[in-house]
Amino acid sequence: MTKGLLGIEGLERIEIEQILDRAKDFQPLEHQPFKRLDTLRGKMVVNLFFEASTRTRTSFEIAAKRLGADAISITASGSSVSKGESLVDTLTTLAAMRPDAIIMRHSASGAPHFLARHLPTPIINAGDGTHEHPTQALLDARTILDHRESLEGLRVAIIGDIAHSRVARSNIHLMSKFGVDLVLCGPPSLLPRELGEIAPNVSLTYDIREAIRDADVIMMLRVQLERQHEAAFPATEYFQFYGLRLEHLGLAKPNAIVMHPGPINRGREISSEVADSQSSVILNQVENGVAVRMAVLEKILRD
Amino acid sequence: MAKLLIRNGRVIDPASGLDKVADVFIKDGRIAAVGERLEAPGAERFDASGRIVAPGFIDMHVHLREPGFEHAETIETGSRAAAAGGFTSVCCMPNTQPVNDCATVTNYIVERARLTAAVNVFPIGAITKNSAGEALAAIGAMKEAGAVAISDDGNPVMNARVMRRAMEFAKAFDLPVINHCEDLNLSAGGDMHEGFESVRLGLRGIPSASEDVMVARDLLLAQITGARYHVAHISTRRSVQMVAQAKAQGLPVTCEVTPHHFSLSDSDMPPYDSAYKMKPPLRAGKDVAELLDGIASGTVDCIATDHAPHPGSEKMQEFERCPFGIIGLETAVGLALEKLVRTGMITLTRMIEMFTVNPARILRLDRGTLAPGAPGDVTILDLKCEWTYDANRSYSKSKNTPFDGRTFQGGPIATIVSGAVVWRRDQG
Repeated sequence: MTKGLLGIEGLERIEIEQILDRAKDFQPLEHQPFKRLDTLRGKMVVNLFFEASTRTRTSFEIAAKRLGADAISITASGSSVSKGESLVDTLTTLAAMRPDAIIMRHSASGAPHFLARHLPTPIINAGDGTHEHPTQALLDARTILDHRESLEGLRVAIIGDIAHSRVARSNIHLMSKFGVDLVLCGPPSLLPRELGEIAPNVSLTYDIREAIRDADVIMMLRVQLERQHEAAFPATEYFQFYGLRLEHLGLAKPNAIVMHPGPINRGREISSEVADSQSSVILNQVENGVAVRMAVLEKILRD
Repeated sequence: MAKLLIRNGRVIDPASGLDKVADVFIKDGRIAAVGERLEAPGAERFDASGRIVAPGFIDMHVHLREPGFEHAETIETGSRAAAAGGFTSVCCMPNTQPVNDCATVTNYIVERARLTAAVNVFPIGAITKNSAGEALAAIGAMKEAGAVAISDDGNPVMNARVMRRAMEFAKAFDLPVINHCEDLNLSAGGDMHEGFESVRLGLRGIPSASEDVMVARDLLLAQITGARYHVAHISTRRSVQMVAQAKAQGLPVTCEVTPHHFSLSDSDMPPYDSAYKMKPPLRAGKDVAELLDGIASGTVDCIATDHAPHPGSEKMQEFERCPFGIIGLETAVGLALEKLVRTGMITLTRMIEMFTVNPARILRLDRGTLAPGAPGDVTILDLKCEWTYDANRSYSKSKNTPFDGRTFQGGPIATIVSGAVVWRRDQG
C-alpha cells in the first residue's frame, strides 16, 4: 500500500499477510497491565466519522493511543459539515492542520477515494457506503486464523444483505486472494449475480441451508435497513428464511465458527441462542479490531 | 454583406451527393456556388487545401442553461464552445429556469441568441408545463416562436396517456417529439449503469431496462399516433434493436447517440470520477458494441452531444451527490473521427451526414447542405492535425468532461456561420 488504505481489492496478498502477522504480535498486549507502546509517538491521527459508529471508531482510537499516537475524533454532527461545508472543504481544512492520517467513515461509496485524489494526507477507509470496510475484513481474517491454521481451502458462507454490505465486499476480496471457497447467500434482491464475478472462487445461493452445508465459517451480516431504499424483501419473512438459528449449525462442519460484524439484530438475522453459543466468535472479532488496526496504523504511519 | 471564398478543399455534401475538390462561394450569408476555380472578386479567401469542407454541423441536443443557470453556462459561452467544436447550429433543451414551456421563454432564448450567440441556436420546447409530466405545454405557440421540437429532456413523461396526447398534438405542428427514455421508478437512486462495475464499486445502479421500458412504450405510442418520434441519447443494446425494428416497420422513428456513449463503457471510469457521471450512464461493453453497429447500419441517425455543463464545485463532491452530465461540444467531432471513421466503422461521408443533413431533416431545418441558396454555414475539418483538449481553456463555463487532456488526431479547424468565420483553431 502506497499511502493510506482505501480497500482490500487493491492490496496484494503479501501486504495482507504482513498486517495479519503484525496484528498477532499485538494481540498479547491487550492482556498486559501496561498496554501502551510508543512506536507512533508524536504522530497524530484524526478520526472523522460521518456516520454513526461505536466499535470501529473506538477501536481505531484505542489502536492509535496504544501505539503512542494522538487521536482526535470528530463526528459529523456538531462539525462544519452541518453548516453546509462541502466534504472536500472539510477535509482540506483538516489536512491543513497536518495530521499524519485521516481515518474516515462516510455514507457515500467512494468518498475516501474521491478525497484521496485531492489530499496529500493518507486516508484510511473505515467504511464507505456500500463499498468497502477494509479493516473489518482484516480483523475477520485475523479471527478466523485464531481458530484455523490457514484460510486456504476453508469454506466460508457470507449470509445476508450482501448487496448493501461493505463488510461483504472487503471480505470477498480478501478471502478470494487466499483461496477460500466462498459462498454468498441472501434473497435475490440483495444478491446481484454480478457479485459472483467480482473475485475468483465465489458462488451464490438463495438457500441458507445450502450455504451453511459443510461451512467452516458462517459470517452473518446485519440487515441494513438504513441502506435499503425500498422494501427489497418483506421484513417479516427475513428471519424465517435467512436468519441463522441453532438448528442450522448441524449442517456446518463440526467446530464451525459463527461471525458477525455487529451491531447484531437479535431475532432478525441471528437468533440469540446462536449469538451467545460456543460457536460464536463475535466478541473475538471486536477484540481483534484493536490489534489489526494497530498493525494498519503502524504500517501507514511509520516512516 | 461580406463575401467568402473557401478555396480548394475537398467538399463533401452528403445531401447533394457531392464529394470533390472545389471552391465554395458564400455571398450575403448564403451558399452562392460550389465549383472549380470560382471567380469571386473582392471576396475574403479561406484556403482549405488539404482540408474537408462540409455543411455546418448541427448538434440537436445541448443544454445552454440560460435562462436560470447562468453560473453553469450561457447562450454566449455555450455557443462559443459549439463553434470551437465545429458546430454552426445547436438545439437547446428546455430544462432552464423557467422551463421553456411557453412562447415567452422561447422568444427570450431566440432574442438572447440573436444578441449573444456565436452560432445558430434553435430552442426545443417542453412537452408539458414546467416539464412536470402533466398538462401539455403551449406547443403551437412555441413552434411559432421558433421551437423546432418538443422534449421534457431530463424529466421524461412518465404518464403514457400524457405522452400519447403530446404525440398526437405535436402532429398538428409537424414537430418531432424527443424523449429522454428513463423509467424513473426503475432508475430511482441510481448513479451509474447497473452491472458488474456498479456492484463492484458499491454504487446504486441504473438498469438498462429503465431505458428499454420507455423506448418500448414510446414506440408503441408512435405506432398508434403516427407521430414523428426521436429517442435522445440512446444507450442500450435492446433500445437500438427496438428502434431498428420500428424503422423496419416504416415508423417515422429516429434516434441519436452521444460521443461519450459510443466511446466509453462503464469500466472506463476511474473509480468514483464524477467526470464520468451522466444520464443515461456509460453502459456495458456489449451496449457500446451495439451502438457502434447501429451507427454503422444506419439505425442511429445522428450524433448529438447532450452538452450538460455543471460548475466545478457541483462535480467536486461525493459521487452520489454530483449532478449528472458532461460537456461535449468541443470533443464530439474528434471522438467521432477517432472511434467511427478511423476505425473503418463508417465513412467520412456518413459521419458528416450524421452531423448535418440527418438532424436537419429530423428538425425540418433548412440547412445541413451546401446546395446553392442554403445558409452559408460551413465546418472545415482537418483529418491529420493533432490537438490536445484542455478543458481549462474550454469556451464553456464548465469543465466537467472525461476527455480533458486527451490528444486527438483530426478535428474541426474552422467554423463558418452565415459566411462569417466565427472560430479558427489556429487563432484559439
